[in-house]
Amino acid sequence: MARAGWTPEDMAARVAADIPDGACVNLGIGLPTLVASFIPTDREVLFHSENGIIGMGRRPRPGEEDADLVDAGKAPVTLITGAAIVHHADSFALIRGGRLDVTVLGAMQVSARGDLANWRIGDNPLASMGGAMDLCAGARQVFAMMYHVDKDGRPKILRRCTYALTAPACVRRIYTDLAIIDVTPAGLEVRELAPGFTLADVQALTEPPLHLAAPLQIV
Amino acid sequence: MNNKIVATADEAVADIPDGAAIAVGGFGDIGVPMPLIDALVRHGAKNLTIIANNAGTGDRGLALLFKHGLIRRLYASFPAQRGADHFRRAFEAGEVELELVPQGTLAERLRAASAGLGGFYTPTGVGTVMAEGKEVREIDGRTYVFERALRPDVALVKAHIGDRFGNVRYRLASRNFNPVMAMAARLSIAQVERVVPLGSMDPDDVHTAGVWVDRVVAVGGGR
Repeated sequence: MARAGWTPEDMAARVAADIPDGACVNLGIGLPTLVASFIPTDREVLFHSENGIIGMGRRPRPGEEDADLVDAGKAPVTLITGAAIVHHADSFALIRGGRLDVTVLGAMQVSARGDLANWRIGDNPLASMGGAMDLCAGARQVFAMMYHVDKDGRPKILRRCTYALTAPACVRRIYTDLAIIDVTPAGLEVRELAPGFTLADVQALTEPPLHLAAPLQIV
Repeated sequence: MNNKIVATADEAVADIPDGAAIAVGGFGDIGVPMPLIDALVRHGAKNLTIIANNAGTGDRGLALLFKHGLIRRLYASFPAQRGADHFRRAFEAGEVELELVPQGTLAERLRAASAGLGGFYTPTGVGTVMAEGKEVREIDGRTYVFERALRPDVALVKAHIGDRFGNVRYRLASRNFNPVMAMAARLSIAQVERVVPLGSMDPDDVHTAGVWVDRVVAVGGGR
């Protein structure tokens, strides 16, 4: 496609803008990890990592790495002042027990009713879900963050997912490089379009019908 | 005398039989009891069932058990990460059966075993392939799937410090699965960087009480 939509950083800034002060948030591997860098400075957000970190901080500077501190992607991290460590069963009690306000996850496919598929392509017997199913079943809000189409240009927002589900009807909002879309009982509502894109442009790259939410933000 | 200190990692694993179900702590390479796994490889027990989050990467840790063909069955949430070549080869050769378990369900199946429970109902996996063939039930308007407790014969645990009663503390995110595995297994073996005198850990600061730890072996620092 000749036109470019939002950059990953633009996408991350839009997700970050929707995370309220004081929220406990889990960011998935890949695009979602960018969100941490775009939280407005007047907000204090507590980042949870599934391996038992409550209060994950920035990446360490060279020489500052601690071999016993990694994020869910096994990359080195730091702790914020006030962080706490729990064991794995408590970490997932936090997730399922209602203490996780938001999770932002990458997605292979999202359906019109918010089904999420993000762990297995086709029947690959070696695909793994890690903690994604727990996050989808447990987080109070699930945001999907992904490119609008796959690398062959095919829609990733589908009437029905063709890949194995991570969880049914769990995604509240979809952030792509072309649009921000709410999953509502009335269908998919476009809240914002990337600069230079019309609803018809985005609809052409989306399987289920889209409609505009009012008031739509034109940027 | 209540002395759980064992001199070497080899001595600590020497009586693990063929066919044992062994829970191994860690998340990626963090909190994995590498020296205990090395000792298990030297010991050579076969047809093992391993319960762990991952399957090891490169040429160390759990990867060695696959390399040497010692594993028959694996319970894990994320086994095929980049670099898990020994697991991948063993799986593709049909040497290893894999039971994929969502990460929180894996932790909770161990926790349930540690608490003497038969299982639990979880929302995780409802409406997915993970619920196929399992009991599904509605409780207070929400749908749950029944998951059974998972009871290991042995746990291999990485802790930071420990005393002769078996009281241990972990360090930062290397804690991960280690406490629930130590509590769930019939025989729990903890490696520590160093053994400390009784009473030097404040009772409020003990992470896993010694009643759940059967053997403690000092392996020194480093990873």
